[in-house]
Amino acid sequence: MTAPEKQQKSAAEKADPGNRAADFGIDTTARTTGEAIRGYLQGLRNGELGSLPALLGLAALFVLFTILDSGGTFPSLLNLANLLQQGAGRTIIAMGLVFVLLTGEIDLAAGTASGLAAALMALHLVSGGNMLGAMGGFVFAVLIVAMLVAAALAIWVRVWAGAVVSVLTAVILLIGVPANPWIEMLLAVGVGVVVGCLTGFLVARIGMPSFVVTLALFITWQGVILQLIGDGGTLGLRDPVINAVANGNLSTLGSWVLFVVAAGGYAAVMLLQQRNRLHKGLVAKPTGLVLIKVGAVVVLGAVATFLLTRDRSPGVIAISGIPYVVPIVLVLLVLGTYVLDRTRFGRHVYAVGGNREAARRAGIDVVRIRAAVFVISSAFAAIGAIVYSSKVGSVSPAAGGGNTLLFAVGAAVIGGTSLFGGRGRVSNAVIGGAVLATVENGLGLLKQPAAVVFIITGLVLLLAAGVDVLSRRKSAAAGR
Amino acid sequence: MSEPILQLRSVSKSFGAVQVLHDVDLTVRAGEVTALVGDNGAGKSTLVKCVAGIHPIDGGEILFDGDPVALHSPSDASKLGIEVVYQDLALADNLDIVQNMFLGRERGRPWLLDESDMEQAARRTLASLSVRTVTSVRTPVASLSGGQRQTVAIAKAVLWDSRVVLLDEPTAALGVAQTRQVLDLVRRLAEQGIGVVLISHNMADVFEVADRIATLYLGRMVAEVPTRDVTHGQVVELITAGRSGDLGLARPEGVVGQ
Repeated sequence: MTAPEKQQKSAAEKADPGNRAADFGIDTTARTTGEAIRGYLQGLRNGELGSLPALLGLAALFVLFTILDSGGTFPSLLNLANLLQQGAGRTIIAMGLVFVLLTGEIDLAAGTASGLAAALMALHLVSGGNMLGAMGGFVFAVLIVAMLVAAALAIWVRVWAGAVVSVLTAVILLIGVPANPWIEMLLAVGVGVVVGCLTGFLVARIGMPSFVVTLALFITWQGVILQLIGDGGTLGLRDPVINAVANGNLSTLGSWVLFVVAAGGYAAVMLLQQRNRLHKGLVAKPTGLVLIKVGAVVVLGAVATFLLTRDRSPGVIAISGIPYVVPIVLVLLVLGTYVLDRTRFGRHVYAVGGNREAARRAGIDVVRIRAAVFVISSAFAAIGAIVYSSKVGSVSPAAGGGNTLLFAVGAAVIGGTSLFGGRGRVSNAVIGGAVLATVENGLGLLKQPAAVVFIITGLVLLLAAGVDVLSRRKSAAAGR
Repeated sequence: MSEPILQLRSVSKSFGAVQVLHDVDLTVRAGEVTALVGDNGAGKSTLVKCVAGIHPIDGGEILFDGDPVALHSPSDASKLGIEVVYQDLALADNLDIVQNMFLGRERGRPWLLDESDMEQAARRTLASLSVRTVTSVRTPVASLSGGQRQTVAIAKAVLWDSRVVLLDEPTAALGVAQTRQVLDLVRRLAEQGIGVVLISHNMADVFEVADRIATLYLGRMVAEVPTRDVTHGQVVELITAGRSGDLGLARPEGVVGQ
């Protein structure tokens, strides 16, 4: 008996789908809303909590602070807009950290790396682009060499984008491009990428534990910032564009345009995807549930836009419009979510975090993925640095130090990203960042001393990490 | 008897001074399940890794469809259509069934994966293997049972136009009902015209699904016989002593390995 060629080749795939797909009978492609809710509850019991604890916590905190703050400052529009602007910098750092946490690593240097980006950005602005004059020949030479080395290392680990941006950053410094707010921001992100290439190489190619590498770099970058700015010095960011990043607001028209683009885009993507899945007979959520979700987002967005376009100033000069940080965070959120959910790279990030050996056997370039997440983390940290420096209006040697990093890690973990890798989303960082910003802001308004703020923040983080461990244990137990 | 797909001829492999495989011959035919049995350290895993391209062979040759081939890396093997399902299951717990089945070979553009195509193909493959135990192809692997995970790992190997599938102890960690499912699946793989190599310690499993039994003893292939021509006891003797009556080594190997 000779087996025909046809039968051997992809016999599985060529099997008649019409007849035999029915064999796969228990597969439920379209579920009713009731079934979906039961499935969701089942998932919760199995420890797939996601962002739920953080969202409930956020709601509880809002109610709590609104009741406790007798002066009525907390729920005021001015405070809520301020809260968004205060929390945005760290939230963006946390969004980048999610990529690193997904692979089961940690980037302790993201905070001071962001400070380094801020310092170089400010130095470039203050010196009018003459970095050689501002920092002296030796330091300048070391900096340029470091950037070129980073580019070479990025090529070694096949993170091509990292290499290109590193070289570009070195070129900007070498040819002494005059100060310009957009160039400054590009420079900051470039510095972030350079730092990420160095970290990524050490962790992914050399194989050092990320904890040690980034702990060492955390201290190193702090030293570099001090060298650049000088002890006790500060660099002012006197530029209207940079200043507006965290302090400016969209016009009323701009705010509504943002609402239409964001909410409309979200609704369009969700509904088209739903139609596509139903049409092709794929696993889909019940349409009713999708409609409720889309409706809720659109209504909440409209209410928030309406409130933020009203005058919230207690004084004479009107303040209104959605703060610029909102579209910045939204764009990064959409970008990060898209990369993780829809691209091959994102899939591989999850795979490396879930089972590195399986990823390697599946032919995934694990070294490249592990290096790339550090580049992404540091680049996001640099964007966060632009936002928080803009909020303060200057860069001090303490920029990005202290609690910046721990708040960012805390934000990601509180939002539901696992420290063990493999589980998490960029939106987790946004929700967690909102929780931490609310705690800090609310306790401050209640005139609580810094001691209490720190203790409470620490306990919230502890709680989140505890939930992570317990839910992980439950889902492991449910799996067997 | 069908055409051999994969043939090993006097394959040898040493690690330093230790010779692990001595002139091993093995033939894998399309549509047949060949059981590879042997005691611990007999060289079963090494043989699999040589075929998978993980270890280069030192001597002998490997023929695929009658032509000699060089297997220097796992990708050489998978290009030919040789897939290995490892004992420790190379699945990522946090990904769902579709994502795991296409891991490393996602369809669509790198910047926009084609989820619909992958989901449909995954479902077709599972259906063609008559897998009925999985509720949804979008279930995360973490929440599957051991048997279901093994099923996904095997289906993953089938998805890739595989000609030869090597299964390393697929039932070792499974309960009775789950073993049943996996053995049925192994049979169906063979029915689809795939050459299946089953490594197992469990004689009951071997006698149930295998068409031929190949026995390794201290790195030598001592017997490669149709299952119906041997008894349980003979295979056990072959595994433990390297010979059984007329089968196996011509003379006793001394007391080594007893």
